[in-house]
Amino acid sequence: MTTTLTAPKEQSCTLLAPGHTACTGCGEALAAKLVLGAAGTNIIVTDATGCLEVFTTKFPQSSWEVPFIHSLFENSAAVASGVEVALKALGRQNEAKVIAQGGDGGTADIGLQALSGMLERGHDILYVCYDNEAYMNTGVQRSGLTPFDCMTTTSPCGEFSWGNKHNKKDMPSIAAAHGIPYVATASVAFPKDIENKVKKALSITGPKYMQIHSPCPLGWRSKPQLTIQVARLAVQTGLYPIFEIENGKVTKVRKVTTPKTPVEEYLKIQGRFAHLFKSPKGKEEIQKIQEIADRNIEKYGLA
Amino acid sequence: MRLDLGAIAKAGTSKANQTGSWRNYKPIFHQVKCIGCGLCKIYCPEGCVTMIEKKKYTVDYTYCKGCGICAEECSSSDIEMIVEEK
Repeated sequence: MTTTLTAPKEQSCTLLAPGHTACTGCGEALAAKLVLGAAGTNIIVTDATGCLEVFTTKFPQSSWEVPFIHSLFENSAAVASGVEVALKALGRQNEAKVIAQGGDGGTADIGLQALSGMLERGHDILYVCYDNEAYMNTGVQRSGLTPFDCMTTTSPCGEFSWGNKHNKKDMPSIAAAHGIPYVATASVAFPKDIENKVKKALSITGPKYMQIHSPCPLGWRSKPQLTIQVARLAVQTGLYPIFEIENGKVTKVRKVTTPKTPVEEYLKIQGRFAHLFKSPKGKEEIQKIQEIADRNIEKYGLA
Repeated sequence: MRLDLGAIAKAGTSKANQTGSWRNYKPIFHQVKCIGCGLCKIYCPEGCVTMIEKKKYTVDYTYCKGCGICAEECSSSDIEMIVEEK
């Protein structure tokens, strides 16, 4: 039996229908909406377990206006690989593009081997990682992409701890090390940039990796209305470098503001970093975070 | 409700959830100082802001959760958040 792959007409204003149960001010819902908007209707999407999957597919309902598959936490990239190969086997690869999605936990920790396999085998898939810097769905546990000194429920702050003592995993570089044609980072604060990058990625054949910084008001303990401002400050301070890597070379970056925005501006509006401002010793920790930002600025030439 | 092996949900059926009932603050689109930049529509995580005509945007209160991003990001401060009385 053959079924047509044409998605429904664009009757609603977005391809991610309203009525999803994301928290107020969710950055991930916004990022997914922007990615779908840029990708258009001829796509098949897969998703790892995580906030995005939970809030969009409250059974028996679905927010997706495009074909969508969720299987397990670790295998979003593997399921997408299967979909892509099936399309090729049927000779219908020109009918739809495949997009695999995952949160930061489903990408950098649990789904890393499936993702690595997908990148290695060279499937024609765009992998999008929505980076909200912890396992938000299960109640803010630290993940491989949680930043340094960030307070989560599994890296609490207190007398003997400043929060997460590990650095954020450099996931875009890991993806780029597979020798894939396109790697990009983006932020929900710059929607046009997301649109351009998704369109560009989908025009390239082969595996592509994209990581979008998506603030989570619940886990970051920031005000819901400040979601965009938080995301913007992360980019302006250099803590979240925005760049494109094509065939192993950094080709485009978003410059940070001059004069430099101090990282305090970004940290002070989030409750997850509030402990750094409570004691004089916290200043040294903030200095360490500033050094991370400075290293990013130097590494990618953001100044 | 029938459960099959491999649960299948119909596209876009989440519209049955009227998430507007979550709202504490309500955005009021004054449509006076609007310059038509469309940031409210672009930045809305629900996708429930629509353009009626040029320089005139409105929000669907059935789904608006009242996050206030539209009011915060509005380039001409034309959107106001008010406490909602129910």
